[in-house]
Amino acid sequence: MSASATSGDPETSVSPSASSDGITELQNAVIRFAGNSQDGIQTIGGFLARLAGRSAREVMTYMTIPSTISGGASIFQVHLGSGEVLSAGDEADFLVAFYQDSYNNHIDSLKKGGICIYDSDHVEEVREIEGTLHVGIPITSTTVEAIGGSARDRGKNIFVLGLVTQLFSLKREKLASLIEKQLGRKGDGVLRNAMLAFDAGFAYPIGDLLGQGFDLREGVQGKGDKVTTDGNTAMTLGLLAGGVRYGAGYPITPWSTIMEQLRTELPKYGGLFVQCEDELAAVSMALGFAYSGHIAVTGSSGPGLSLKMEALSYATMAELPLVVINVQRGGPSTGLPTSVEQSDLMQAIYGSHGDCPRIVLAPKNVEDCFYVGVEACELSQKYSCPVLVLTDQALATRIEAFAQPDLDSIVKEPELDQKTRGEEFKPYPLDGLTRHAPPGTAMEGGKYPVVTGLEHDEWGHPSGNPEMHARMNARRREKIKALGEELSLPEIYGDEEGDVLLVGWGSTWGPIRESVNRLRDAGEKVGTFHLRHLNPMPNGMETIFAKYKHVVVVEMNDEGLYGNGQLATLLRSRYCDPKIVSICKTDGLTYKVREIIERLKGITA
Amino acid sequence: MSAPAEPKKLTKKDLTGDHPTWCPGCGDFAVLAAFFKVLEKLQFPHEKICTIAGIGCSSRFPYFVNGHGVHFIHGRALPLATGVSLSRPDLNVFAFGGDGDGYSIGGNHLDHAARKNVNLTYVVMDNFVYGLTKKQTSPTSPEGFKSKTDPTGAIDQPINPMKKLVYGGASFVARTHATQVKHMMQVFERAILHPGFSVVEVLSECVVFYPGIFDDGNPRKGGEFDVIDEKQWDDSEEDKSRHDVSDENAAYQLATLRYPGKFGVFYETDRPTKNQLEQQWIDASKEKVGEATAADLIASRFASMK
Repeated sequence: MSASATSGDPETSVSPSASSDGITELQNAVIRFAGNSQDGIQTIGGFLARLAGRSAREVMTYMTIPSTISGGASIFQVHLGSGEVLSAGDEADFLVAFYQDSYNNHIDSLKKGGICIYDSDHVEEVREIEGTLHVGIPITSTTVEAIGGSARDRGKNIFVLGLVTQLFSLKREKLASLIEKQLGRKGDGVLRNAMLAFDAGFAYPIGDLLGQGFDLREGVQGKGDKVTTDGNTAMTLGLLAGGVRYGAGYPITPWSTIMEQLRTELPKYGGLFVQCEDELAAVSMALGFAYSGHIAVTGSSGPGLSLKMEALSYATMAELPLVVINVQRGGPSTGLPTSVEQSDLMQAIYGSHGDCPRIVLAPKNVEDCFYVGVEACELSQKYSCPVLVLTDQALATRIEAFAQPDLDSIVKEPELDQKTRGEEFKPYPLDGLTRHAPPGTAMEGGKYPVVTGLEHDEWGHPSGNPEMHARMNARRREKIKALGEELSLPEIYGDEEGDVLLVGWGSTWGPIRESVNRLRDAGEKVGTFHLRHLNPMPNGMETIFAKYKHVVVVEMNDEGLYGNGQLATLLRSRYCDPKIVSICKTDGLTYKVREIIERLKGITA
Repeated sequence: MSAPAEPKKLTKKDLTGDHPTWCPGCGDFAVLAAFFKVLEKLQFPHEKICTIAGIGCSSRFPYFVNGHGVHFIHGRALPLATGVSLSRPDLNVFAFGGDGDGYSIGGNHLDHAARKNVNLTYVVMDNFVYGLTKKQTSPTSPEGFKSKTDPTGAIDQPINPMKKLVYGGASFVARTHATQVKHMMQVFERAILHPGFSVVEVLSECVVFYPGIFDDGNPRKGGEFDVIDEKQWDDSEEDKSRHDVSDENAAYQLATLRYPGKFGVFYETDRPTKNQLEQQWIDASKEKVGEATAADLIASRFASMK
């Protein structure tokens, strides 16, 4: 990656030397919109993200949503770039503040040399603050004037979009067509007002006020436009592509948008998603779908996953395949419902009673949500067991641009396997994998299987035989271990040997990778790998650990009683290597690159 | 594998699974026998019979029926059975359980299966006591019942299952007695043939932990088995006082009668099942997308995000 892609770097500034025509070329820009959630600032971000996908730029967004019903302070940060965009940006190059509160709360996020645009109808005039540039624009009154006064201040988000389009020399036509596509559905009046607001913003002489303009470079156009979407949507589509046709759930933030989409989409595929009375019913109904021979899904967020744990233990015992999505949020208990955390890893692996091996996966970014969704379906069927997917609040809601997957080679049209089973059929063979005969399957020998949560023999008959329990426990364990043997070692990014190996899982992928880029640019010998398979993990990681002085596991969870995060605890337990240490945090926010680098100094010093 | 020649008649022998683990004299034996008799009469294809249960003495039922079956976790038989029923319209789905499983730990699921009118038949073997865990108070234990958890007598008002079921929205609600096999079979048959969520509450004695509790409803033990006199709709004078099974208020009135009360069909109504309503939505959605494959549908979602 080129150094110019590190726009989050506090040392670089966005307004260095403007070229002779007053236009500065930018490779990356981090723009933070701070206002209230009802102002539609997510809409601005959404349009910019979509534009990025259509102009070969990379994009990552970050937003905060108040967990109140409506209204409340909210931000939307969008990081656009023609190079690799790995995080939503530590600090903003540009801040747009809609209110006094938003200005006060976010001015510190503006980097040195950054530019703040504020609504002078709501924010007191700002005298120059050293190292930043401030421009007051009457955003509210200009919008009202543009639209004609009838719509009050609705549309000021679109006005700002026009302003930004002008400021960064973005393609007006592309944005106008996106607005038309999105808002055209809402009727002519809405679209007309939006275009009036957009054009008013676009025509506003922002460049004159700043004394400069910017040109946010487009990337090199590859094959077709990119898809821009959030992680929950990518996950939903991955599940559909993997063959999920039935599911059940209960609403909980931030999982709900997956179940809403599945509820709407599945009937088109001849399937069904059911909203249940509670989490227990949801996992049970999903197991009913799975038992019936379908690829089935349930999901939730932390507290809801806890409620499903008894039934998930049953799924391990009865060897029923099930995909379980857990969109992690801040815990314990109700915790921080709209913040991010990675504190459900132990729950995912060990949360159920009894010895209960199962598969646990985690996607690293929005695009990966799609592929992990597909893989979860495959693995659940192959190993006839529950597969838990640990995504998180940050992935769920942020928008990224990525290439459309090759659907023809991925999408599964599932079939109900009801071929008659011969007399030799055993649901739980000691020498093979379970392949259930779903109800409706004729049994040649006339003996029908009972799927059970009691310890059982190969035919599913309850058995309290001590030897049988040990053998069946081993059978359930060994099949999961067999997957571990098939997994290849994770790819190393950066130096393949050296001082520090950073290890991560889930949505910390971007900031960890960017940290490695920056440290290597500064001459350090640093590498990283990221785990997608958390249970089982791939074998042979000790050979990688041996090549570094420090192995540092970066996680968004608590350091626990003994100073290690959850993945670090598992790695220490497996490899008994005191070299493995943790960088942990639980502030409910994604990692800033600067945080990782500074914490690392404390370890390597 | 050879194709089946003549469709063989399904017999009790075919349907008999493991030997029941119930105590000698348990009321549940009669429930199992009655279930076999009704299946012999109805002749569903063997592979289409699916029995599902949670946890408890009576919830061992699926092991004793030779058919596709699930022995699930405590209290959650109904949501699992709902999943089977909704996704497999070709099957005959039966759920079995006791008072603890159905009215206590699974009580909320019962209300929701009832209101959704899921197409399946649920048989509750109610014995007024926790038997498998050896005599604790159950949600239907009468006040004053001495158990290991209420040594001086139960103090909480018991659940009235019939009220709960009628209120919950079950579209077929009936009550019978495990000693009255002929009546039990009649009620089972009507329940199974009813389209929608049909529930049969069977008073089924636990001879070990609550012996004699249902004698009041058993003529051989000096009790009275008082069967509901259903309306014949024959315009006769006596028909006016008979019970209209489609009258929700009348069903509720019957449910308030003093123990042992009446037996038979309390309530029966014909309203759309969740199965039908969901299928309508699926059909309408399928019609809109026409011949589109899954790959086409996903591609069009991606196209809308560019």
